Amino acid sequence: MRFEYFQMIDRIVALDVEGRSVRSACTVPQQSTIFEGHFPTYPLMPGALLIECMAQTTGWLVMALNGFTAMPFLVGVKEAKFRTPVLPGDELEFEGKVLHEGSGFAVGACKGRRQGKSVCEAQITYRVMSFPNPEFRKSLIEWAERIEIPVKELIK
Amino acid sequence: MSATFDKVADIIAETCDIPRENIKPESHAINDLEIDSLDFLDIAFAIDKTFGIKLPLEQWTQEVNDGKATTDQYFVLKNLSEQIDQLIAAKGA
Repeated sequence: MRFEYFQMIDRIVALDVEGRSVRSACTVPQQSTIFEGHFPTYPLMPGALLIECMAQTTGWLVMALNGFTAMPFLVGVKEAKFRTPVLPGDELEFEGKVLHEGSGFAVGACKGRRQGKSVCEAQITYRVMSFPNPEFRKSLIEWAERIEIPVKELIK
Repeated sequence: MSATFDKVADIIAETCDIPRENIKPESHAINDLEIDSLDFLDIAFAIDKTFGIKLPLEQWTQEVNDGKATTDQYFVLKNLSEQIDQLIAAKGA
């Protein structure tokens, strides 16, 4: 997890295109300027960043399903819940599903767990649009490869 | 009015918190009911799920942008309901 680059997911653990599901893993950094403010002497992973973890996890699945032809942009979050504090050094796993692929949008659901215990969940809506430019798409594909998504098998 | 319209109106009422009695077949989703594009995604999601179809929103948007169609054709609710009926019929064909 690299807060400073907003790269929340360390790796994709499992990706099932047919089953429209994905699992990701990441480790909350021990140190970050974010924890200096959130909160002094009591560092907690902000809930807003847990939403981003869920949005990225399921967002990668949306891109895998469309063969990296279009980009899912986060436009809505519903029923977000944060069940227990997440702390520096915690190892998290997220499980995402695509509930629906509409025309120009997708709806997913994601849950986060620590050592098997639920820490957060949300339903997430994406507007799925063309990449703004080829360089952006290329950078996303490189990023996907870094987190161990089998891009070559998926790309269209 | 058609059963399809009734379901669509119920979806809109629930999704956008609009009084059901204000939603009429002649209502334009954008101009009259002031539903924005983001709320319409929620409506499209519910319509897709309810009717087992995929509203071709991208195609409709492109047609409107290209001047080949008007928003009335797709976003006046009686017309939207007819479009839904056609998509259901095409699915079963």
